[in-house]
Amino acid sequence: MNEAVTLDRAAGQRVAADPIATLPLTLTINGEPRQLEVAPWTSLLDLLRDKLDLTGSKKGCDHGQCGACTVLIDGKRMNSCLKLAVTLDGCEVTTIEGLGQPDNLHPLQAAFVEHDAFQCGYCTPGQICSAQGLINEGHAKTRDEVREQMSGNLCRCGAYPNIADAVLEVLGTEKKA
Amino acid sequence: MIRFDYQRPDATAEAVAAGRGEHAAYLAGGTNLVDLMKENVARPLQVVDINRLPLKAIEARENGGLRLGALASNADTAYHEEVQARYPLLASAILAGASPQLRNAATNGGNLNQRTRCYYFYDTDTPCNKRNPGEGCGAIGGVNRIHAILGASDQCIATHPSDMCVALAALEAEVQVSGPDGDRTIPFADYHRLPGDEPWRDNTLRPGELVTAIDLPAEGFASNCTYLKLRDRLSYAFALVSVAVAMKLEDGEIAEARVALGGVAHKPWRVPEAEQLLRGERPGEDAFRAVAEALLKGAVGQGENDFKIGLARRAIVRALAQAAAGTPQSQTDKRIA
Repeated sequence: MNEAVTLDRAAGQRVAADPIATLPLTLTINGEPRQLEVAPWTSLLDLLRDKLDLTGSKKGCDHGQCGACTVLIDGKRMNSCLKLAVTLDGCEVTTIEGLGQPDNLHPLQAAFVEHDAFQCGYCTPGQICSAQGLINEGHAKTRDEVREQMSGNLCRCGAYPNIADAVLEVLGTEKKA
Repeated sequence: MIRFDYQRPDATAEAVAAGRGEHAAYLAGGTNLVDLMKENVARPLQVVDINRLPLKAIEARENGGLRLGALASNADTAYHEEVQARYPLLASAILAGASPQLRNAATNGGNLNQRTRCYYFYDTDTPCNKRNPGEGCGAIGGVNRIHAILGASDQCIATHPSDMCVALAALEAEVQVSGPDGDRTIPFADYHRLPGDEPWRDNTLRPGELVTAIDLPAEGFASNCTYLKLRDRLSYAFALVSVAVAMKLEDGEIAEARVALGGVAHKPWRVPEAEQLLRGERPGEDAFRAVAEALLKGAVGQGENDFKIGLARRAIVRALAQAAAGTPQSQTDKRIA
């Protein structure tokens, strides 16, 4: 229900809404500074997909449970579906489109291809952004640690063993079999 | 999602002034509030974004303790050098919860203030006294595998899902709040509440009050502690039962022991009389079993969650044994220690 209301501060009552307001928002998205106007209830994920045509980040559950929308915000992986865009004014956002290009794959993308780390591919952008976040964090070295630290990204095709292989290869902490 | 007014104050006093309205909500990491707003369960008319407030620091206190800023992220807290070295129980509990993405976004204040909840609370097509007072409870007599076995009421059997808060209960942290009537300190045991006949109240915050920090006492029980979390999958799931143990051993005897349970009640569950049973005892299964019985006194299942009582009993004994043995903390190692 998109009930249009605003607050009458004095009375604390729901009253008829003003025309939907937007707020100015400055984001650096994949290295490019952007001056935007967004309604405060817009999630970062909806902003990326619907307004900026960056559809690599996927809307799986829209509740922070599946990880398909994972992006990097100031280098840290987060679920873009649970972030209201206006709260990120001044932040740097990196999506899958900013990590690699079809003719210039990011090492994680190349490793996912090499290790057959996906079938349908829907979770893959989130998996790769999450893996880049994992690498930035520097807390995972072993296979068990990678598995634990990638648990926020679900893969319903069940490519988990190959995803761990791909991430471990880029981490460079485990010798290839 | 409901339409709302949005404010982004820079100072705590300004935020508190903005947040005093009946339909106002403070927004930090958003991992619970934004989700509840999408489901139309939370319907604030005024959102006060507190992310600009200077509450991110983790710093030493004069009494030897550590102050955790309300806006420090769960991840930054768990991996903080001082927390890792002096409060491994807290670090372990935080890392047992949610996912890396959520821990990066979620804040310490937000962890405390995430809603005590169950799937009926989220499902607006079913009755819920927490969501709509007086409407009834869908979980009682319904699907209740995850629900409370202790301290529930005939109006609500939801559990508080935090892992961090179970450790904070055992460590006897204090919550610093700022509100329209000034600042005050709330002992952790008094912060969350049982549902009683007001299940819509998860905690004892007064209207408009804002959590500014969580203070850890100097004693962190670093040598003998454990956070044991049992759940339906090995990672990224709420606890069915969790146990935080903080213990002090002197000459092979237990000088002090604290045990807090998660996943079993509307708030982290502690029974001081049960903990007293261990004072002066040598670690051993008989002593630990007696603690488990005392902690679970009055436990009642709802049908599908009856198994939690036996599970909790065994988990308490195992967690106490791990803490006494000084078992290293790891939420990555899934083997039974």
